[in-house]
Amino acid sequence: MFNFILRRIAVVIPTFLGITVLAFALIHMIPGDPVLVMVGERRLDPEFYRQAMQRLGLDQPLYMQYLHYLQKLVSGNLGESLVTHEPVMAEFLKLFPATVELSICAMLFAAVTGLAAGIVAANRRGTAVDHVVMGSALTGYSMPIFWWGLVLIMLFSVHLGWTPVSGRIDLEFDIPAVTGFMLIDTLLSGEEGAFASALSHLILPAIVLGTIPMAVIARMTRSSMLEVLREDYIRTARAKGLSPVRVVVVHALRNALVPVVTVIGLQVGTLLAGAVLTETIFSWPGIGKWLIDSISRRDYPVVQGGILLVATLIILVNLLVDILYGVINPRIRHAR
Amino acid sequence: MSLLEIKNLSVEFGSQDNPFRAVQDVNLSINRGEIVGIVGESGSGKSVTMLALMGLIEAPGRVTADQLVFDGQDLMTMSPAAKRHLVGKDVAMIFQDALTSLNPAYTVGFQLMETLRLHMGLSKSEAQKRALELLELVEIPAAKSRLSAYPHQLSGGMSQRVMIAMAIACNPKLLIADEPTTALDVTVQAQIMDLLVSLQKSQDMALILITHDLAVIAEVAHRVAVMYAGEIVETSPVPEIFYRPHHPYTQALLASIPEHSKGAERLATLPGVVPGQYDRPIGCLLSPRCPYANEKCRNEHPKLTQTHGSFVRCFTPLDEAGRPIV
Amino acid sequence: MTTPVQSANTAVAPEMAAASYSYPSPLAEFWASFRANRGASAALVFMAFMVIAALFAPWLAPHDPIEQHRDILLLSPAWTAQGQWSFLLGTDELGRDILSRLMHGARVSMTIGLVSVVLSLLPGIVLGLVSAFYPKAVGTAIMRAMDIMMALPSLLLAVAIVAVLGPGLTNTMIAIAVVSLPSYVRLTRASAMSELGRDYVIAARLAGAGKLRLMFNTVLPNCMAPVIVQATLGFSSAILDAAALGFLGLGAQPPLPEWGTMLASARDYIESAWWVVTMPGITILFNVVALNLMGDGLRDALDPKLKKLA
Ligand SMILES: Nc1ncnc2c1ncn2[C@@H]1O[C@H](COP(=O)(O)OP(=O)(O)OP(=O)(O)O)[C@@H](O)[C@H]1O
Ligand code: SF4
Ligand SMILES: [Mg+2]
Repeated sequence: MFNFILRRIAVVIPTFLGITVLAFALIHMIPGDPVLVMVGERRLDPEFYRQAMQRLGLDQPLYMQYLHYLQKLVSGNLGESLVTHEPVMAEFLKLFPATVELSICAMLFAAVTGLAAGIVAANRRGTAVDHVVMGSALTGYSMPIFWWGLVLIMLFSVHLGWTPVSGRIDLEFDIPAVTGFMLIDTLLSGEEGAFASALSHLILPAIVLGTIPMAVIARMTRSSMLEVLREDYIRTARAKGLSPVRVVVVHALRNALVPVVTVIGLQVGTLLAGAVLTETIFSWPGIGKWLIDSISRRDYPVVQGGILLVATLIILVNLLVDILYGVINPRIRHAR
Repeated sequence: MSLLEIKNLSVEFGSQDNPFRAVQDVNLSINRGEIVGIVGESGSGKSVTMLALMGLIEAPGRVTADQLVFDGQDLMTMSPAAKRHLVGKDVAMIFQDALTSLNPAYTVGFQLMETLRLHMGLSKSEAQKRALELLELVEIPAAKSRLSAYPHQLSGGMSQRVMIAMAIACNPKLLIADEPTTALDVTVQAQIMDLLVSLQKSQDMALILITHDLAVIAEVAHRVAVMYAGEIVETSPVPEIFYRPHHPYTQALLASIPEHSKGAERLATLPGVVPGQYDRPIGCLLSPRCPYANEKCRNEHPKLTQTHGSFVRCFTPLDEAGRPIV
Repeated sequence: MTTPVQSANTAVAPEMAAASYSYPSPLAEFWASFRANRGASAALVFMAFMVIAALFAPWLAPHDPIEQHRDILLLSPAWTAQGQWSFLLGTDELGRDILSRLMHGARVSMTIGLVSVVLSLLPGIVLGLVSAFYPKAVGTAIMRAMDIMMALPSLLLAVAIVAVLGPGLTNTMIAIAVVSLPSYVRLTRASAMSELGRDYVIAARLAGAGKLRLMFNTVLPNCMAPVIVQATLGFSSAILDAAALGFLGLGAQPPLPEWGTMLASARDYIESAWWVVTMPGITILFNVVALNLMGDGLRDALDPKLKKLA
């Protein structure tokens, strides 16, 4: 098992280095003078310009600049925002929990509904239920979620008045950030109604963000389940006299889940990309909105650092999924 | 009274308006402690018959029968839940490909104990003890360590032994073995056959043995049923069938042994193949291939009738010299 | 009922029966299989209408897409109480006809889809073939680079690229072409690798075919099926990503009637003018669904083995 994990980590390292090169190159590909871009000011006197060159290390050869950049990365220094002058890392860490909270809830929604729908569709193959599930999955999979968010706001917030339109919690509450997760912090604060408010703010964005993963999971679960139900060992399980529920849940699901877990893991990328859109629609103060806002403010260090952090996150989660895959599938673990 | 009494079992696949009868009006009875062989070409319905008995035919397949009495109880009128108490406990089945018949996600021990706990109500430690005994019974070396092995860590022969252990776990009265050795190496085949026969004796269970290997039938079976295109065309006691086949198809089957030492998957002595969904003849199903076919054979469907000690589905059963009695 | 064999006194030899069939040409077989798929056929008809709308928008559209009818801002669709039949789907906040904008938007989206698919398909195929033919250093290097690009979700990578290049239609197409490159490279490489071991490739090699000829004339035609499917799906995700970029204000810029860009300002009207929000989104959704259905249909028709599994 330990060797297996080490092997997986070894595979990931070059990809990570590549990402750092990409992030490094990002800044250098921006058209225009890098100093003006980095310092974010227009006219500069030559003396200041020279100092800025030196301070930013731009007078050194490119590979030195890259090594320097790597060195700073290792110590957790991602530069600072041109707008707020805060370290990028600090801003990221402050906003990150909001995105994680949203993503986890979206994923929970997607996994629960997607798995259930996929399992039911597979076991009722060819029936109306199956067609409805597959039709919805196709629609969900093709959904422009930024529009989907607007439609849901229009329906549930404006028309029915069930949920708030934006933000994480009503303005009347002032919840101290303990964990950064609003659902937990509101519970800890003990303020009456705060948790309900946080939940009602979370529900629509989570559904919107979870829509595409849900569709993908439902499709994957169905086809994986259908494949497994044809296997000889399912016949064996039924020949043992096990109940249909036990056959599906114990014998089929465990094997059918193997590819589904991978797909769930791969959805982390979809989630973070979707978070950019969802957070923009719902004014959700997370890293997705932060990235888009900094692009429109031309806050390049934030864009660079943010992209790097998001990519790193995705690589790490995929690594985790890979390892988990080995845990539920003994054949992979024992390979080689 | 016999242990198993099948009356007019039929299995249909395909849609209602375009059905395909994979098994048609099969009658078969098995006595306690008896070994009955079932032979026939590929696609003749051997497996489907047994799967139907086990209740393993899934929609859209349809199973009908006048009677499916096992040990005094009619499986056709039983509730699915009651049937599951029998299946896996008193009737068990093992399959051709043992490697894929074990669930890759669970250990051998888990899969063995599952049956024991379900049907025998054993506690975890009791089940574990019994599982170990069973593995020793099927002569698996280092049985203890195998309990925690995963199926992919076992060889084909070893997997089939595990399957056998699982099948006999609850002392079944009937074991169905569907080509249990076809997927194995020749050397292992004999070992598994020996094991099955010795278990059949020691556990005193009836054994239905589906095989293409007529030599095995000659050696171990008491009786044999020959299937063709979903029907039983002949059932005879064992030594006799080899001296005096009554049905032209049986005759052809036996004649093919020398050429195909492996068995009778395809018949060299009869041209053509088993009819499929679209080319089923009206009369005797063998008539397009039968060397003795006449006008009657092509228009009328023969019934299974008793001739000497056998049941034969032919208008003109063969005599001792292997010629049709006209 | 089953058809009984008409009584013949000898069995029909199976090979004779087979010989009397005439096998349909691969194209006819593909077309029959595609048409049997109702979803894919409906999608094809829908896309045909969209293409016509896009091609002939200047003549078919009832109004100029950027003309502002100042007197009828936010006019509701024709079938509602205040609607006017000359503005079938209503007007937006600047009094522009929504239907005309959607039709011209089809031009924009089709162009984005087409250009970005071609821009990534061609280099993708070349890189994929090269990495299959030179699997050692070159192939590995290419695949590592693709891995890195795939570490970021396509929309985020596109956002990053547009952030560098600046917003706009051209940069949108470039960004989308870049982000969809890895899928073509991987796909081409995988199918080329599996073809390379086949007898006909070895035969061509022994016959002295050059590397280039082997790549493009021998191997490539046999790898096209999955690539075509991927191109269809790539077209749909190009439309989706372009609309997302437009919505974020990073894609096509107003007053260009791009579907996503049309939605960027729609958020202000969710309380007052539902049609401004609804129409562009439904158009995007229908197009993407249709393209995905076509992609699925193509896959099933091109690879019958896969269909049986579904
Ligand atoms: N689930 C199913 N759906 C449709 N047809 C089936 C199904 N299972 C079996 N059949 C058909 O029923 C016929 C009998 O098959 P069966 O597996 O019983 O043959 P068999 O005698 O066991 O052959 P073999 O020696 O190859 O195992 C075959 O024509 C087969 O194609
Ligand atoms: S009934 Fe006629 S065709 Fe059928 S097996 Fe007997 S002789 Fe042959
Ligand atoms: Mg069989």
